[in-house]
Amino acid sequence: MEIISFLIFFPFVAAAVLFFLGNDEKVYSVRKFVVKGSGFLIMAAVIYLAFEELSGREHIGYLMESRIANLAVMAGEIFLMLLVTFYSFRYRKYYAALLSWLGTIPVLWLDLSGNSVEDQLFFKVDNLTVIMCLVVGIVGSLICIYAVGYIKDYHHHHKNYPQRSNWFLAMLFVFLGAMFGLLFSDNLGWLYFFWEITSVCSFLLIGYNKEKQAIDNSFRALWMNLLGGCGFTVAILICNLQLGIANLSQLQQLNKEAPAVMIIVAFLAFAALTKSAQMPFCGWLLGAMVAPTPTSALLHSATMVKAGVYLLIRIAPLMNGTLTGVMVTLIGGFTFFTASLMAIATSDGKRVLAHSTISNLGLIVACAGVGLPESVWAATMLILFHAVSKSLMFMCVGAVENVTGSRNVEDMHGLIVKLPRLAIVMIIGICGMYLAPFGMLVAKWAALKAYIDSGAVWLVLFLVFGTASTSFYWGKWLGKIFAVIHKSPELHDTTHYGEWQALYPLATLVIAMCFGFPFVSKYLIQPVLNQMYHTMVPAVIGGSDIAIMVLMLLLIASLPIAGVLTARKTHGITEQNTRSYMSGINAGDDRHFLNSYGDVQSVYMSNWYMIDYIGELKIMKLCLVLSSAMLVIMMIIIVGGAVA
Amino acid sequence: MKMNKSPWVLHYDGSSCNGCDIEVLASLTPRYDLERFGIINTGDPKHADVFLITGGINFQNRMVVQQLYSQMPDPKVVVAVGICACDGGIFKDCYNILGGVDKVIPVDVYVPGCAARPESIIDGVVKALDLLEKKKERMKQGLPPEEKGWAIANIKDGKALAAQEARIAAQLAAEDAAKAAKYKALEEEWKNEQ
Amino acid sequence: MIVRIIIGFLAVFAAPFIGGILSGLDRMIGARMQRRQGPPLLQPFYDFYKLTKKRANIMNGLQIFLVIGHLMFVALSIWIVYTGEDLLLAVFSLTLAEMLFCLVAFSASAPYSNMSAQRELLQMACAEPMLLLMAIGFYMANGSFKVMDILHASEPAILKTPGMFAGFLVILVIELRKSPFDVSTSHHAHQEMVKGITTDIAGSVMAYVEVAEWCELFLMATFTGMFFICSNPFSFLAAAAAAGLVLFLMTLVDNTFPRVRWERMLWMSWGATFIFAGVNLLVLTLTR
Repeated sequence: MEIISFLIFFPFVAAAVLFFLGNDEKVYSVRKFVVKGSGFLIMAAVIYLAFEELSGREHIGYLMESRIANLAVMAGEIFLMLLVTFYSFRYRKYYAALLSWLGTIPVLWLDLSGNSVEDQLFFKVDNLTVIMCLVVGIVGSLICIYAVGYIKDYHHHHKNYPQRSNWFLAMLFVFLGAMFGLLFSDNLGWLYFFWEITSVCSFLLIGYNKEKQAIDNSFRALWMNLLGGCGFTVAILICNLQLGIANLSQLQQLNKEAPAVMIIVAFLAFAALTKSAQMPFCGWLLGAMVAPTPTSALLHSATMVKAGVYLLIRIAPLMNGTLTGVMVTLIGGFTFFTASLMAIATSDGKRVLAHSTISNLGLIVACAGVGLPESVWAATMLILFHAVSKSLMFMCVGAVENVTGSRNVEDMHGLIVKLPRLAIVMIIGICGMYLAPFGMLVAKWAALKAYIDSGAVWLVLFLVFGTASTSFYWGKWLGKIFAVIHKSPELHDTTHYGEWQALYPLATLVIAMCFGFPFVSKYLIQPVLNQMYHTMVPAVIGGSDIAIMVLMLLLIASLPIAGVLTARKTHGITEQNTRSYMSGINAGDDRHFLNSYGDVQSVYMSNWYMIDYIGELKIMKLCLVLSSAMLVIMMIIIVGGAVA
Repeated sequence: MKMNKSPWVLHYDGSSCNGCDIEVLASLTPRYDLERFGIINTGDPKHADVFLITGGINFQNRMVVQQLYSQMPDPKVVVAVGICACDGGIFKDCYNILGGVDKVIPVDVYVPGCAARPESIIDGVVKALDLLEKKKERMKQGLPPEEKGWAIANIKDGKALAAQEARIAAQLAAEDAAKAAKYKALEEEWKNEQ
Repeated sequence: MIVRIIIGFLAVFAAPFIGGILSGLDRMIGARMQRRQGPPLLQPFYDFYKLTKKRANIMNGLQIFLVIGHLMFVALSIWIVYTGEDLLLAVFSLTLAEMLFCLVAFSASAPYSNMSAQRELLQMACAEPMLLLMAIGFYMANGSFKVMDILHASEPAILKTPGMFAGFLVILVIELRKSPFDVSTSHHAHQEMVKGITTDIAGSVMAYVEVAEWCELFLMATFTGMFFICSNPFSFLAAAAAAGLVLFLMTLVDNTFPRVRWERMLWMSWGATFIFAGVNLLVLTLTR
């Protein structure tokens, strides 16, 4: 119990300290100390929690003094509502205020009128919570540690933005606290409260630099998430008024065929779809890229978007074989495929990452929608691997941007020569995202099995085509990094020590998880399935397969050695005996050729983007229309069918 | 096993009138079928063993020929096809012609004719293959593949060429310097900031 | 288990020889189709020998070890298939091998290599869905991804997965770099982009690429044969005959059709995958 309250309240305390420290140059070292200290404390706490839980101690939080806590939550909700109202009137985006009222007032009414169901079970910790806490705690804290150095550089490069870095770091910690609250809450009302904190927090973080575009995008994020919040409110209302339950764990035990349950699950799924940026709502995540990199890393890899899929996994057993499940899998599969197509036609590194995040989340969402034990296994695995690899990628891109001044994939040509250390970390990140023995592919494989077993043909097709386009855009990016430019100077690597402190552990984690995934599966994920489905679930990926995958990893590890050995045996290999073939007019340094006047002209090698076919401008609208239609029609069918 | 069972040919047209080129291509047709000998006409010097040149060398393509030659991995042979490639032929005294291929790279086999007939081209290539084998043997013993030292000689108007090379070098140097200056400036800026 | 592992290693060692002979046959028959005499059967081995004797001019230090990696992972795919392990893993390993091959070209940082590497990536994207669906087809037919279980099946998979087989034939053209779909590179002299993805691979390094190519050919022949294999020993004959026939068909296609643009390759391969394999998958799911 203490550890739960520590994890929820401590980030808020850290945030307050950071905020009041101010952003004077002199306090930089103090700030660094505070952030690192609290980051490591949170990590330690999370790991402690994990050990306790795994060693079999039950954590169920009964609050005796629920009255006061409830009042605090209510006050918090009112505060959030007023905050949103204030900002929306200030920037004349009244719809945001309207949505906020729509979402919050019914919940407040429920509490004040005494219609809400009183139950003292507010917090609950099980293995899924522990896994999510590990992700949020470890990855999130590393991002915060990275952010200290990053935000300093950020203001060096963007002198025109107001210096509010104390506020920024404080917001990151508030975010972490809210995420922990969200994960521990079992009471739907409390879940909703923390849910709204993350929405508002992300809104504030995206609008950090107060540029017009940032403000616009932050409001887009706000209204989409608030709309999801409204869906959540509807679910809470029905839960309380009709079924008389207040907790998520009670909901899980109900019959999934009951009409009221179907409606509740549909609305919760709707809320989760907005939070995890699925197709009609993917705009907010793409827009969020204007924010400083730690924001994107935190929102897109570790926390915000994971809240949505976390909720979906919680209700996954209720979606198995129902219309809601069909809706969720359809939207998820569709998003997976189309977002990966659009990622091909994108050259901005962070935007590629955003598209890839949306696409991977689509996969997780689809897994949750299938609702079978295997698919939940895959979804949990995907969350783990995705959080680690993707946050690593975001931070790498941020670091590269701070050094070279560009985050375009095109400008990463020859990164392995220019910034070897960052390039290698980035290669690990990319491999972790899609290549064979690394994590994501394992999970994808399990997902594939689950899809086939559930008989969802369209999902299988979405998955195989999506996998193909995924490997296309990552392959292009990897190729850009791998290009070896001769005589290219190595750039001065200005990445902060603190940033490395985040990058190296994450890179190590990516590799460690490849080796350790059988253990992760056995000790972390298998219990989740047991708790969720109350049956022993056989190992999804069997023994000999794991042996072969370890073999693959060893082969990859032995590659450099094999390379050296063959290089020794093959006579005459030197670093470069030959120039690249340019029809015989290579000017001599592989970077220029002689044009028809005999003059030197530089070579520019671009990647292939197919913008005319699958550019965002070409297909985004169509995808949005299609997915909105899908969502609306399915919602109408589910709700109408349940009511009728 | 002998190396000469699979010579891959790089065909380059210097400043030929295309007469010889047509004959070279003709020898790849079913009628003559060079592939019987494992000969493939590849477009890539990095895969080629036999450098087949038609036409004389002029100022424009001198460096191209030299570069293609340098990109072919050892052992390699050069076949000059047609009288122009052998010594400049009818264009010998033109203002822009340097002469035969041997003015810029070492030639192993000369195939005369205007145009050279497919039979003689095939004959020339097959002759070159023995040389290929010899060069391999030399390499095996740790010797350089070419028997005699070889130097560019007899080039008309050496000044013009030197000027061209100097200009290219200067342009490259200037661009590199500009880039280096840019990086240096960035670094300075960074140091100042710190 | 030990026996299976040994069989796997035997297959890996035999693959280059069988693949080389298949490749020689392909060249010979192709030449006959053009009414030429063509090279001798062992020509690929002569080529290989010659390449090993050439000097290895490399562009950079990365190239050689990426090429070795390519070869290693193609060999691993073969090993996985012949030890009777998971087919899906073999496909993943093959994808990894292809990816390493693309990186060889990317690392050269040269115009022709770069363009061809992008095209190779596209080819991978074209072929990958069908390769995965092929594995899924076997799974649907036999209830397992294990190659071992295909051997124990009572009837060959082709009876249940004719659509998958049709789709597989289309992408086989891509995998074997045959004519309508050889946008990144091909074995022929006529090329769009010099020598495609192998442009900047020179000398003895190229020898490794050749071996990998043969191994891939062997693997593809194996995949083809797997559609016809069941517990009946005679099915092996049928499988070998089918593989031979399909490879002949590929040579015929190669010599019949002109190269297409990449858009058409994409739409044709994805379309074929979607229609043939998709319908097949639907039917299998519904009848399961």
